[in-house]
Amino acid sequence: MTTTQDSAVAVELITVIIDGFEVSVPKGTLIIRAAEKLGIQIPRFCDHPLLDPVGACRQCLVDVEINGRAFPKPQASCTIPVEPNMIVKTQLTSPVADKAQKGVMELLLGNHPLDCPVCDKGGECPLQNQAMSNGRADARLDGYKRTFEKPINISSSVLLDRERCVLCARCTRFSEQIASDPFITLNERGALQQVGIYENDPFKSYFSGNTVQICPVGALTGASYRFRARPFDLVSTPSACEHCASGCDMRTDVRRGKTLRRLAGDDASVNEEWNCDKGRWAFKYVTALDRLTHPLVRNAEGVLVQASWPEALAAAAAGLKGKRAAVITGGRVTTEDAYGYSKFARIALNTNDIDFRARVTSDEERDFLAAHVVGSATTYRDIDLADHVALIAFEPEEESPIVFLRLNKNFKKRGLKVSAVAATRSIAMNKLKAEFIKVAPGSEAAAVAGLSLTAKSLILIGERASESAGLFSAVAALAAQTGAKIAYIPRRAGERGALEAGALGSLLPGGRPVADAAARVDIAAAWGVASLPSEPGRTTSEIFAGLASQQLEAVVVGGVEIQDLPDSAAALDALKKSFVVSLEIAPSAVTGVADVVLPVAAITEKSGSFLNWEGRARAFDEAVADSQNRSDVRILSMIADAMGESIMLGTVTAAAREFNQLGKWDGSRVQFAPVSAGTAKSVNGNEALITSWRRLLDMGALQKGEDNLAGTRRPTVAVISAQRATALGVTSGDQLRISNSRGSITIPALVDDIHDDAIWLPRNSFASQTLVSLDAVHGDVVTVVKA
Amino acid sequence: MSDFIEPRKSSELDINSVPFVEVNQPGPASLLTQAKGFWVTFSTMFKKNQTVQYPDVKAPTAPRFHGRHQLNRHPDGLEKCIGCELCAWACPADAIYVEGGNNTPGNQLSPGERHGAVYQINYLRCIFCGLCVEACPTRALTMTNEYELADDKREKLIFEKEDLLAPLRQGMLAPPHPMYPGMTDTNYYNGDVKEAHPSQQGQN
Repeated sequence: MTTTQDSAVAVELITVIIDGFEVSVPKGTLIIRAAEKLGIQIPRFCDHPLLDPVGACRQCLVDVEINGRAFPKPQASCTIPVEPNMIVKTQLTSPVADKAQKGVMELLLGNHPLDCPVCDKGGECPLQNQAMSNGRADARLDGYKRTFEKPINISSSVLLDRERCVLCARCTRFSEQIASDPFITLNERGALQQVGIYENDPFKSYFSGNTVQICPVGALTGASYRFRARPFDLVSTPSACEHCASGCDMRTDVRRGKTLRRLAGDDASVNEEWNCDKGRWAFKYVTALDRLTHPLVRNAEGVLVQASWPEALAAAAAGLKGKRAAVITGGRVTTEDAYGYSKFARIALNTNDIDFRARVTSDEERDFLAAHVVGSATTYRDIDLADHVALIAFEPEEESPIVFLRLNKNFKKRGLKVSAVAATRSIAMNKLKAEFIKVAPGSEAAAVAGLSLTAKSLILIGERASESAGLFSAVAALAAQTGAKIAYIPRRAGERGALEAGALGSLLPGGRPVADAAARVDIAAAWGVASLPSEPGRTTSEIFAGLASQQLEAVVVGGVEIQDLPDSAAALDALKKSFVVSLEIAPSAVTGVADVVLPVAAITEKSGSFLNWEGRARAFDEAVADSQNRSDVRILSMIADAMGESIMLGTVTAAAREFNQLGKWDGSRVQFAPVSAGTAKSVNGNEALITSWRRLLDMGALQKGEDNLAGTRRPTVAVISAQRATALGVTSGDQLRISNSRGSITIPALVDDIHDDAIWLPRNSFASQTLVSLDAVHGDVVTVVKA
Repeated sequence: MSDFIEPRKSSELDINSVPFVEVNQPGPASLLTQAKGFWVTFSTMFKKNQTVQYPDVKAPTAPRFHGRHQLNRHPDGLEKCIGCELCAWACPADAIYVEGGNNTPGNQLSPGERHGAVYQINYLRCIFCGLCVEACPTRALTMTNEYELADDKREKLIFEKEDLLAPLRQGMLAPPHPMYPGMTDTNYYNGDVKEAHPSQQGQN
């Protein structure tokens, strides 16, 4: 749909002759890119298709002639766009260009240390390769090379070796143009020119790993991959990122069954060669020593003991068979696994009591997902085409970093207007120069109604909207009124896939409403069963309430972290009262109270796919081939077999095939029942309304053991307004004590642009876990005093 | 008709009726030719005996014989290997496995930033071609003349770094220890370090 719109715009083609071959390219194409189209490789270092041309390295010199008039000297082909009647001679046909390139290479190598044997880039280094293909065979320069102290940590994750740098400015241009994190710059001049950080200000960017990947020499290296392997040791597998719903294309490099690094893949329609540091450097949890390796079963004495697979499956089946049971999948499941849970609940447990949302939720959110999200296809392209983007309960840089990069690209390239309805100003809002619509926590819905959008606008709404009553309803009304598109961006990678796979009480796979008899018949026929349960299922909070009141007797739990839930202590008590089957990769609070624990495969050990926030399938293969661990769907299938209620999903492939064959629901959607707009609670004195989100780099379970990554976390602070700071007599840096009847948090204050009634705290950062310590969600009242 | 042919009893066999091909064989060689042959045998009795009483007597090899590898040390005892894996890259038999490691202030095994953390040569695969020695950029890997590499277990023929490291000689200190004071890794490669400095001892 969008592609036809694009191709409708007539593209003016220009024909040029490169090395005697004609090629027609769109107007504005650079010579170096036109040559690539012919398969002619002009050596380059600074040129990068996604960064603005700079002509810094001078390696791509070619002879250029326009209308019969030649440039007096070879020109940098990465900065000159093609023009009519242009004749280009590269190093292949012009001895002058060839000599010029060899001369530049000789000068670049003049100060480059010959430390390839200790350099991480050795074996995959553009400088090595191009020195062989386009350099002189021997060096004529004699004497000492310029030396610097090697290496220096420009952040805990990135190391800089200034001796190796060829000053291509890719890293500084990336930081400035793409990430808007200008923490690094080129200092000094001449031979001493070098990449540097500002004094006392390390390279704390969420996107710093991309500079390591695009560095054409070994000047920037990642601390976690330092000296670990050579390219010929690695087995690379295309994969997808499991950390958030952005859906980055990735490459996983494995040596001897262990992931050593992950790189951003090249998918122009999604992540455009970039990814965030969490996706790049948080993978050690897979090989952590505390992984579950054997099934565990609680014995007669109430102790979890190792068991064989047949014993554990029999115990799980016996505990679930004929019981009133529910399923909570968690947001990290693959689409295939979610489909397995969905089918398992309906067939083996004969219930619709399934929910993928292991977090703060609302019924309004469930209905909004069923009415507006499932089956929808808003994409990154819609950000490119939007005239105005509204961010509702969504902090793009922290919660979906690639969405932020795309917003930032559109802001930089065409001044995209961004508005954000929130209680506090965020770093991303500053970068995007977003219109900040300041509201008290809890009263967002009223402010949303006032947004002036058009039919070309886009509303990005995050999962935190479920914490503010009426917000989803206000967004739905605004979209209906203006014609603006809605995109729901959850935080976790598996949530959209789980929604489509029917891991929700009110929806069957493919967005079929449970309440619709035709939809139930549809699925029942495909599954070969007589009928499906017709009663709408419970939500996460209702499931825990049901377990606590013994209305439900058993529960199957996927990758759920109990501290993500509101009132996690009560949730844990509810689990203790019930028969719990836990499918997990590592011990957690849930496995601690489970009756049967079944180890499952982590992302690199299995194949599958995620659906990112767009609903786009992000498939991945198993990177570690000989793992003994199996995907959730296979284990669910084995439990179902043991229960005598087969779900026939023995492999991921089978689940994917069956799910895709079901297709999407083409009948009528669930009608969305609007909820009236909520208001902010009133506060007085030292009271404040809490607002929070999770930082990208925080105490998340999948970042366990990544010490280098932890070093680039943003500081844990409590953001208060200037008015409150004056009232409390504190300045930025002073300790604040935030408390309620459940507990307290003591962290430093930061005075910033925030609603006077509000206080912002990170939700799951070191020393500030608002759900665990305070059990407070967005809009709850806390007391703030100077500590 | 059946393919099975009933075997005949031996009593039914007439040996003369079995068909055969007559082969022409030359008769005995002339006496002179035979004497020539026996003369070789006879004259050998007066030559020097070439039999080596191995393993009681071990004959020295040629000086550049390709035997077991050795990972050499700098004169102060630091390892020359930097874990660059060029030997593994050069190896045509895929017999070498290397993992690099980071030299830290408390764990300096070689000069500079990088050391070989894991170093294995699989002598079940090694063909003793010496390409690894040619590839080594720091002269860490050379070959000794040791050729007694048989063993009774496959695992024993995978030599670890400890098995391959050269012994500590006079003036050397066992790593990890800091680099020679005032010297850089370049000085080490230029041969400026002659022996361990007293200050290098006991700092780790």
